[in-house]
Amino acid sequence: MTAPTRADAAPGYRPGRTLRLSVELRRQLKRRRTQVTLGLIALLPALLWLAFSFAEQGPATGSISVVDLAQRSGTNFAVFAMFTSATFLLVVVVALFFGDTIASEASWSSLRYLLATPVPRARLLRQKALVAAMLSVAALLVLPGSALLVGWAAYGGGDLISPAGETLDPGPAVLRLLLSAGYLTLHLSWVAALALLLSVVTDAPLGAVGGAVMVSIVSQILDTITALEGLRDYLPTHYATAWADLLASQIDWGDMTRGVFSALSYAAVLGALAVWRFARKDITS
Amino acid sequence: MPPPRRPRRLTPGRPLAAILVLVLVGAATVAFLARDRSGPAEVPTQDLTLNVPAGPGQSGTVALDTTVYLPERTPAPAVLVAHGFGGSKASVDADARELADRGFVALAWSARGFGRSTGQIALNSPEHEVADASRLLDHLATRPEVSRDAPGDPRVGVTGGSYGGALSLMLAGYDRRVDAIAPVITWNDLGQALFPNNAVPNGVPEAGATPAATPFAPNGIFKRSWAGIFFSAGLAARPAVRGPSGIAPEAGSDGSGADAEAEDDAADAAADSRLLAIDPSRRDPAAPPPSVCGRFVAAVCAGYLEAATTGVLSPATADVLRRSSPVSVTDRITAPTLLVQGESDTLFGLDQADATARQIAAAGGTVDVVWFAGGHDGGAPGPVVRDRIGSWFDRYLGRPGVEPRPPGPAPAAGLTYAVQSGIRGESRNTPSVRSVTAEAYPGLPGAAPVARRDVALRGEPAEVLNPPGANPAAITSVPGVGGALGRLAGQLSAITAELPGQSAGFSTDPLPEQLLVAGSPRLRITVGRVPGQPSGPEAVLFGRIAEVTPDGRSTLLGGAVAPLRVAVPPGDRPAELTVALPAVVAPIEPGHRLVVTVATTDQSFQGADQPAVWRIGTAGPEPALAVPVVPGRNVTANTVPAGPASGIGLIVAGVLVAWLVARFTRRRPGPTVDGPAPQERLPLVIEGLRKSYPGGVVAVADVSFAMRPNQVLGLLGPNGAGKTTVLRMLMGLIRPSGGSIRVFGHPISPGAPVLSRIGSFVEGPGFLPHLSGLDNLRLYWAATGRPDADAHLDEALEIAGLGKAVHRRVRTYSQGMRQRLAIAQAMLGLPDLLVLDEPTNGLDPPQIHAMREVLRRYATGGRSVLVSSHLLAEVEQTCGDVVVMHHGRVVADGPVADIVAGGGKATFRVDDPTRAAEVLRGADGVSEVELDEQSVHADLNGMPRSEAVGRLVGAGVAVSAAGPRRRLEDAFLQLVGEDNTP
Repeated sequence: MTAPTRADAAPGYRPGRTLRLSVELRRQLKRRRTQVTLGLIALLPALLWLAFSFAEQGPATGSISVVDLAQRSGTNFAVFAMFTSATFLLVVVVALFFGDTIASEASWSSLRYLLATPVPRARLLRQKALVAAMLSVAALLVLPGSALLVGWAAYGGGDLISPAGETLDPGPAVLRLLLSAGYLTLHLSWVAALALLLSVVTDAPLGAVGGAVMVSIVSQILDTITALEGLRDYLPTHYATAWADLLASQIDWGDMTRGVFSALSYAAVLGALAVWRFARKDITS
Repeated sequence: MPPPRRPRRLTPGRPLAAILVLVLVGAATVAFLARDRSGPAEVPTQDLTLNVPAGPGQSGTVALDTTVYLPERTPAPAVLVAHGFGGSKASVDADARELADRGFVALAWSARGFGRSTGQIALNSPEHEVADASRLLDHLATRPEVSRDAPGDPRVGVTGGSYGGALSLMLAGYDRRVDAIAPVITWNDLGQALFPNNAVPNGVPEAGATPAATPFAPNGIFKRSWAGIFFSAGLAARPAVRGPSGIAPEAGSDGSGADAEAEDDAADAAADSRLLAIDPSRRDPAAPPPSVCGRFVAAVCAGYLEAATTGVLSPATADVLRRSSPVSVTDRITAPTLLVQGESDTLFGLDQADATARQIAAAGGTVDVVWFAGGHDGGAPGPVVRDRIGSWFDRYLGRPGVEPRPPGPAPAAGLTYAVQSGIRGESRNTPSVRSVTAEAYPGLPGAAPVARRDVALRGEPAEVLNPPGANPAAITSVPGVGGALGRLAGQLSAITAELPGQSAGFSTDPLPEQLLVAGSPRLRITVGRVPGQPSGPEAVLFGRIAEVTPDGRSTLLGGAVAPLRVAVPPGDRPAELTVALPAVVAPIEPGHRLVVTVATTDQSFQGADQPAVWRIGTAGPEPALAVPVVPGRNVTANTVPAGPASGIGLIVAGVLVAWLVARFTRRRPGPTVDGPAPQERLPLVIEGLRKSYPGGVVAVADVSFAMRPNQVLGLLGPNGAGKTTVLRMLMGLIRPSGGSIRVFGHPISPGAPVLSRIGSFVEGPGFLPHLSGLDNLRLYWAATGRPDADAHLDEALEIAGLGKAVHRRVRTYSQGMRQRLAIAQAMLGLPDLLVLDEPTNGLDPPQIHAMREVLRRYATGGRSVLVSSHLLAEVEQTCGDVVVMHHGRVVADGPVADIVAGGGKATFRVDDPTRAAEVLRGADGVSEVELDEQSVHADLNGMPRSEAVGRLVGAGVAVSAAGPRRRLEDAFLQLVGEDNTP
């Protein structure tokens, strides 16, 4: 112990050492929920591959579909896996990790003991959010990683063919995949902040997770109504697929910049609300 | 034991609704993401009819129906917007509005013979339509809204599609006042467009160093389907062709919305024309009655009739068409020219724009070329291409607020082409498109000739039959339908293009890598006679190129065919020629093959009537397909937008500032404690504590009490007395509405460091069910961040007494086990103040007994224990002191014995209870005498117990024991009244 303990606290107690990330990470990683979620994401590409192997060849339509494209190379397969999961599965995963933070502790009644330890409230929220972010990023990396492995094994290490018909060498293609995981990380921050806020205001983990997913789905539905025109730009999911621009040899950063800005705006507002609410909340769970 | 009256909590649905609203409101506040997606702006317009001379050798005038669109700021340069064949000024209304919205004065007019304009169609003849446009320039020069280069010389550009595009080029060739032009999907040589011949005879030098060049060989084959549509548009009042319908897909746009608008405009234009057709009063009385020639001037009509009946282009007709073609003036065009040509265009293909670009550049003009994913078979230019056209006029005309490009050496001609991948996206049905730009147009002066990649071809020579009358004929394209249907033509043709015995095919091997075809592929073939079979002096053949997938699906590139007229010398020697296949842009995927077929018939063209059989093979020892490629870089629609990018910076900076502010304003108490010295501070002092919830519910009304070191204090009260709320406030979970709590002299607030000296077990255990009991304790201690050695884990485990079960998951524990584990957790680190809420719930009697011992031993060495319970016996047996709470208030406070004795009741163990009762009843003030088997109880009302004993003994009753009546229940009921069941 280098820093002296405060006069009013128990020996060895320092607020900055409470609920360290390693501790919270251990608490979460030992959960079946975490293990199963990450495991399923790692398994998803294999399931996709199985589905492709069993699927009958459809009637000749004269044009190539994205599913045809997915079977061209490992990188294409990984891109397909990202496309299929970005708008729902990954939203659910992020909502799960963040919506569970406070609400599950509340439902186990362990929240009050953590707060009475005392872990300062802002710190508790921050540490739990950081660990949820680490798990989310892990999920966002496991998916393309596993998809690349499965894809390489099943379809070889060929070039990436983008939906716009361009080809990218496998090396840069993997880099683009990483970048798209990075974009999704930033873009899903709005889901994270919303789930965190819901987790703070409700004691039911399912309510927090489901609420965040529901808002995402409503936003996606509204986004399909073209009559809304410019208003759709404000929907948090409007730029959810902007990372597809990364698949061109010349990257158009426009929509991705707008998407990150939109997501961070929502995340900042919702996250600030979560902190504000949690700092003032009477813990009755 | 949940408090019976909790504050009103949000139901799960309400925060959701609140947050949905919040999200939508938040959406509206992110204001500068907003982009204007509205349609053509409201611009002021002015309709007027201009009378122009009818033409050389003709008397009278022709009335041109015009509309002027005015921009916000004037004077501004003007742009003439010419319509396509069969259209009218109404069909370019949207384009004109867009240009006016951009800042130009736009002038749209109906060409003579179209719309409400009078006169006859002279097919862009220099003396008629081109002269008309010059008169429009005269008019513009007189308008104050139009900026001028010189008196009578307005600053003006010209644009238009198809017929209007040709007029742009022609006007630029005939009128030096034109400053810039942007012709769209138009012809270079109408004779070549309607009578193409893509055969380059052997020995004739290859003209095309440019990617899309076709030989423009003489003696072409009549493109009868398109010519018929073209001509009939001038016959009927209602146009049969109005240029492409719909918008071509392009990079960076989803194409929604604008499409519908364009369709509406086109429909309006059509309705307008129909109105003219049925309302005789609105027709030009001078117009001739319906005839074979319709509204065409005689020379044009005669030419068409001749061509349509003979299928041959006579020199006279060729001359008429040439005078109507930009090729006659391209060597004089100095106005900077942006050529926009469609990749889906079987009427005016890429080769037409290629020829125009070649001719203008050869004469030293400034030219730039855009190939977009549309055309007469595809769609009209989309917003990106239209913006490109607008920028062209910005650059060469300037406009208020935009300086034109200063004069200087012309920039090299560039080429931008759209690549349609043909891969269907997830949700969109339109193919994905990207845009590729080559800095230099290959083959133009100053640029290297186009690179061609040779791909080996396989295929045995085949004998093909030309059926008599060239019927049945292969159907490769459906001209004039436009839009999505036109784009389908390439796929449709795969089914109808191959008639048995009529074609010879040559295929490449599957391509090892993607090949982006950009231009006209070349192939050398031989055409020979078959002994014993009929054959004429020349063969009419049709070359096609298709992409074939591994599973046999075939797509005709560009939906186009290359007609060939080949003179075959008599005898056995075959003719050898180079075939310039249609100029296309197509990405060929790896593993796909390119297949060239040479067929004898095509529905769109006038085939050879005489039956014949030809032997067709590839020429040369190593037959190869020379595929033009134009390397370039992909163009992205835009760079990083400044607004959102700086917005991201602001958010990051804001979060950083908030974090720093929070860090430096963090409460730092410590030596600020007032009152007595640390060693004298009491473990717990509660003063005037109050908690009320919104809505008037008061959980704790007024609670004050204090604890001494080494004390075991009981907090006793019925359910709902407010005990748990007090404890929650003590733990910093709930903010008091009033009063204060001090622990060892330090005020309690959420997260106060002094909380680390309290060990608590309140309202049941709280464990992570997926972890073992041991892991729970370890991780809990780890979460405190305090040294492991301070935990005293072994002692705590001993108290929990779980044995081996400590390694099992907590979810498998019984309630008693959880209870004990929770008490053990509260004791981790041996806190100075231990707070236990109903600690003996779920414990069996021996465990309860042991627990009492533990607590008594714990409260030594300055440590204290606060036990809350609603069980009287519990408190009575465990605690030395008690605080009794009821309805949120302290109703009694003191040593248990005092509280118990406070009522003054006494119990005497006697040998004769009946006698003893009589004695006591006889004593003054003694009341409520009760008796049972061995004892008598009485309220002595102030009489000392010793005196009562003396009286009993004096009365001959043997007293074996005397003491206070040890039933806390009595005292408790007396304190809280009878209404303790809520």
